[in-house]
Amino acid sequence: MVPATAYLALSAVLFTLGAAGVLVRRNALIVFMSVELMLNAVNLAFVTFARQHLSIDGQVIVFFVLVVAAVEVVVGLALIGEIFRSRETVDIDDVDLLRG
Amino acid sequence: MEALAPARVVLLLAWPLAGWLANGLLGRRLGRLGPGLVGSAAVGASFLTASWLLAAYRALGPEAGPVPVPLGPWFGAGDLVVDAGLLVDPLSLTMALVVSGVGFLIHVYAIGYMAGDAHPARFFAYLNLFVFAMLLLVTAGNLLVLFVGWELVGVCSYLLIGFWFDRPAAATAGRKAFVTNRVGDAAFLLGLFLLFTAVGSLDILTVGEAAAALPAGVRLAAALLLFAGATGKSAQLPLHVWLPDAMEGPTPVSALIHAATMVTAGVFLIARLGGLFLAVPEAMAVVAAVGALTAFFAATVALRQHDLKRVLAYSTISQLGYMFVAMGAFAPAAGLFHLVTHAFFKALLFLAAGSVMHATHDVIDVRRLGGLARPLRWTAAGFAVGGLALAGVPPFAGFFSKDLILEHAFALGMATGNYVPYLLGLLTAFVTAVYITRAALLTFAGQPAEPGAHPHEAPPVMLWPMVLLAVLSASGGLLGARAAGEPLLHFLEPVLPHLGGPLAEVHAPAGPLMALSVATALAGIALGWTVHRGRRDPAGGAFGVFLERRWYIDALYEVALLRPARALGRWLAGPVDLGAIDGLVNGVGRAAMRLGAGVRRWQTGYARQYALGVLVGGVLILVFWMLR
Repeated sequence: MVPATAYLALSAVLFTLGAAGVLVRRNALIVFMSVELMLNAVNLAFVTFARQHLSIDGQVIVFFVLVVAAVEVVVGLALIGEIFRSRETVDIDDVDLLRG
Repeated sequence: MEALAPARVVLLLAWPLAGWLANGLLGRRLGRLGPGLVGSAAVGASFLTASWLLAAYRALGPEAGPVPVPLGPWFGAGDLVVDAGLLVDPLSLTMALVVSGVGFLIHVYAIGYMAGDAHPARFFAYLNLFVFAMLLLVTAGNLLVLFVGWELVGVCSYLLIGFWFDRPAAATAGRKAFVTNRVGDAAFLLGLFLLFTAVGSLDILTVGEAAAALPAGVRLAAALLLFAGATGKSAQLPLHVWLPDAMEGPTPVSALIHAATMVTAGVFLIARLGGLFLAVPEAMAVVAAVGALTAFFAATVALRQHDLKRVLAYSTISQLGYMFVAMGAFAPAAGLFHLVTHAFFKALLFLAAGSVMHATHDVIDVRRLGGLARPLRWTAAGFAVGGLALAGVPPFAGFFSKDLILEHAFALGMATGNYVPYLLGLLTAFVTAVYITRAALLTFAGQPAEPGAHPHEAPPVMLWPMVLLAVLSASGGLLGARAAGEPLLHFLEPVLPHLGGPLAEVHAPAGPLMALSVATALAGIALGWTVHRGRRDPAGGAFGVFLERRWYIDALYEVALLRPARALGRWLAGPVDLGAIDGLVNGVGRAAMRLGAGVRRWQTGYARQYALGVLVGGVLILVFWMLR
C-alpha cells in the first residue's frame, strides 16, 4: 500500500508547479491551466486525508471544488475569449487598465 | 356687554385685513384706481366700526372699566397658556379711532399721491396690512398679541420704506429701520419673558394688577426692558437713527406710519402698562430723562436739516420725546392727548410736504424751493396751520397738549426737585417754533430758488384730507382744553389715572406756565422770522455744522458700531472661515489625497504581481499558524 505521505508529496509538488505557472507564465491560457492544476492538487490532498481519517467530508469538498472549477472555467474562458477579441492578445501583462 | 361681543370688536380688525387680502390677491385686476378705493373703503369702514364701538362703550356708562374680548385659547406650552384676546377700554378706543381716522384720510390722500405709481395694489395692500397690525397692537388684550401687532407694524414699516426698492437709498433705509427696531424688540421680548416668569401670565389686565406686588428689582428691570423696546419703536435716543432715513418711503407712508401712528406704539405701550410703569418711579425718571433729551436733541437737529421731510422727521422724534416726558411725569393721559393732537398736525404737515413734492416733481430740499405760497395756496395754508399747532400757538391743538405736558413736567419738578425735563421741554418748545418757521419760510415764502418750474396745486382728492386734518389740528385742542371740560382726559381717566406717584400733592401754577409757553412759542416764531426772513438761511458756523451732522451720532455709530462690526465680519470671513474652517476641511481632503497617491503605486495592473501577493500572504498565514 502506498503511504499517504506520497500522495501529499505529489499534491505539494503539483500545487507548487501550478503556483509557479501562475506567477511565471504570461499567456492567460497557461495561467488558467496552472490555476486548474493548483485546484486539483488541493483535491488530491483532500481525498488523501479523507481516506486517512475515514471521513467523507474531504470527498464532499472535492465535489464542490470540481463544480466551482467547472463554472470558473466557463466564466474564465469567456473572459479570455473576449479579451482576445478586443485586444488581440492574451498576454496578461498587457491587460493593465486598472493600473493606479 | 352684548354691544361689545367679540364678533363686533373683531370686525374692527377684519376690514383692513380684508382690504389687504383683496389688494394683495386681486389687486392687479382692480385697475389703477381700484386698489386705492378698496384700501380707503376698508380703513373707512374700520373707522366707522371704531366709532360704533365707542358709542356702544359709552352707553355702558362711566363705570364700565376695561372690557376684555376673549377670542379663545391661542396656544399653550407647559405653564404658558396664551389666550388670544382683545381689550376694549377708553385707551384702545382712542387709539383705534386715531389710527383708523387719520389712516383713512391718509389712504384717501394716497389715492391722489400714488396715482402715477406702477404698483398701487402693492402699496395699498401694505398700507391696509399696516392699519390691521396697528389696530391689533392697540386693541390687544394680551402682551403676546400686542407683540404680534408690534412686529407686524415693523414689517410693514420695512416694506413701505423700501416700497421703491429699486432705489438703493430706500432699500438701505428699510433695512436700517428694521434692524434698529429689532434691537428694541429684543429688549421688549426679554421684558415679556421676565414678566411672564414673575407674574405667570401675559394678560395685560393681570400684569397691570400684579405689577405693584412684584419685587422692586424685577419691576424695575421689566419696566426698563419694555421701555428699551419702546425707544426702538418710537425712535427715542439712542435708537432714533432709523426714523429720518425712513423718509425714503412714499410721503403718505411717512405721514401715516412715521408720524401719526406706528411711532406712537412705544408711548402707547407705556400707557397700556401704566400699572407697571407708574409703580416704578426710578424707571419713570429714566423715561422722562430720555424723552426730554430726545425732544431737545431732535429739535435742535431739525434746525439745520435741508430736506423738508427730514425736518418733519426730527420734529416727530422731538414730539415723541414730549410724550415720553408726559409718561415720565406720571401724566399718561396728557401724553395720550399730545399723541392724538400730534397725529393730526404732523399728518397734516407731512401731507403738505407730500403736496409740495407732488407739485415740484419730488424736489424736497428747502434750499431749492421757495415762493410756493402763491401757486400752492391750500397746501401753504395747511402747512401754516400744522406749523402753528406744532409750535404750540393757541388756539391750535398742539398748544393745549404740549402745555399740559409742560405743566406736568413742572409739577414733577416741584415734587422731586428735578426741573430738567421741564426746562428742556420749554427750550424744545422754543427751538420747535424756530425750526418750523424756518421750514415754512424757506419752502413757501419769497421767490422760487429755481425759477422756471411751474408748480401746480394738488388735486382735490389730496386737498380734502388736508383740509379735514387742518380742521382737526386747529380744533383738536378742545379734546383736552380746560375750557372745554377736558373730555378726552376724563374719558381716559378710568384707565389712565393720575396715580400721581410723587405728584399727587403738587399743583403746578397753570396760568403763569401757560403764559410762559405761549411767550416761548411766539418768541421762537419771531426769532425764526427775523433770521430766515427773505429765505435767508445762515449756516450758523461750527455749531450749525454740528447740528447739520445730527450731533455726529450717526458718525459715532459708524465708528463705534458699524466699523468694528464690518471688521469682525471681515475677520470671520477671512482668517476664520477661509483660513481655519476651510483650511481644516481642505486639509482632511488633502491628507486623504496624499495617502491615496502613496497607495496607488501598489496597484500596478500586473495580475501576476497580485497573484504573488496572494500566494505570499497565504504562505505567511500558514507560517503564522504553524509557529503559533
